[in-house]
Amino acid sequence: MALNTEKNTYTLLFAVGLVVIVGTLLAAIDSSLKDKIRINKILEKQQNILYAIGINENEGNSVNFIAADKAEQEFNKYITKQIYIQGDQVIEDDKAYLIDVKKQKALAKDPSHKRKLPLFIANKDGRNLYVAPIRGKGLWDAIWAYVSVDENMIIRGIYFDHKAETPGLGANIKQRFFMDDFIGESLLDIQGNFKGVTVSKTNLDPKNEDKYDNEVDAIAGSTITGDGVTAMIRSDLSLYQPYFNSLNN
Amino acid sequence: MALLSKKDRQLITDPLSDNNPITVQVLGICSALAITAELEASVVMSVSVLFVMGVGNVVISMIRNIVPSKIRIIVQLTVIATLVIIVDLVLKAFAYELSKTLSVFIGLIITNCIIMGRFEAFALGNGLWRSFLDGIGNAFGYAVILIMVGFFRELLGSGTLWGIPILGDPIDKTGLYAFGYENNGFMLLSPMALIVVGIIIWVQRARSKHLIEE
Repeated sequence: MALNTEKNTYTLLFAVGLVVIVGTLLAAIDSSLKDKIRINKILEKQQNILYAIGINENEGNSVNFIAADKAEQEFNKYITKQIYIQGDQVIEDDKAYLIDVKKQKALAKDPSHKRKLPLFIANKDGRNLYVAPIRGKGLWDAIWAYVSVDENMIIRGIYFDHKAETPGLGANIKQRFFMDDFIGESLLDIQGNFKGVTVSKTNLDPKNEDKYDNEVDAIAGSTITGDGVTAMIRSDLSLYQPYFNSLNN
Repeated sequence: MALLSKKDRQLITDPLSDNNPITVQVLGICSALAITAELEASVVMSVSVLFVMGVGNVVISMIRNIVPSKIRIIVQLTVIATLVIIVDLVLKAFAYELSKTLSVFIGLIITNCIIMGRFEAFALGNGLWRSFLDGIGNAFGYAVILIMVGFFRELLGSGTLWGIPILGDPIDKTGLYAFGYENNGFMLLSPMALIVVGIIIWVQRARSKHLIEE
């Protein structure tokens, strides 16, 4: 029997059928894989935090996280305390790593809401490192980072990631040559005021030997992603400054 | 007996040269410009497109007789988006690291006009096997150009290939850089991708005169 595919009723029915089939299929796959994906995301977060304090399996110029099956164990070993800062309060919470930075940022648009700022305190080789998750905007979509600093707000390790920056250009913020430049840079200027680290086109210091200029070299062709990194560091990490001030007093 | 008949073989070989999707059909230019700053990204994108084109063409060919022509474009779009999302979800659950690398390409694949173009021009009117061959043939044709452009852009723009320094170290001034050679940063920007594609088209038409339109 030849099907008359030109009739309006057939077209309508076909459209409805297609939506039902595709919708059911996607919903079924999504809900059956949901738990696995959630666990993968938590492990990734732990891997990222560990990366920022220098617990990774880097070789040469590649970025290698610690194996996923070891992440939880190592995380519990190195991260001695998890806190979040809300207004003037510092609250200890061993589930602070589950705080959704994106959600907290959105809530903070309402000035009456005090955003939770998670901070993970690690002890590595006898000294404390403080890892802060930050989040901002790149060219196409979100970018985020885990930054580990010492008491003086000098960066000791950093891990950048992004959702959809251009491969080969902005996406290179997660390459070693870019991330490693931040190590040793201070977030404060000489007077101790918060300055952040600027991704600069005029730094002229490709090996980043000057650690006191609050600048790192930009990536050619990724101006907007680079500006996003600068803005993210400035807006999100400055919020932690009061905590570090109180730590040093 | 040959594995493929002459006609079938043409489905694979034509897109590599005389009917190349990028240089002759001028499809898929957007992604060819966007992600060819590095060779590695070009290859990843090519492999992803190869997979989606092969499977997508087969699915469309399978349902070609029951799709109402009035909404065929929407149906094609739905099929491709569904395929890509399923692959993305499965990778996220079972190969998370890989999915992180590929996630950037997902959006680019859905909007790749080669895929829609081949669905519309070929898979809707041909059988499963031929559609499959057409799909991978065109994906290879796309890959050839992508890899060529990626090769030149990365080599001339960053002096590296697959992230490995080829021409020496621009900071320490070793290798070619010792003689005053500089990387051309302009190669990393999209306009130069367009120019490289243009040069490839020029070379191709200079060699195969029958492609030149009167």
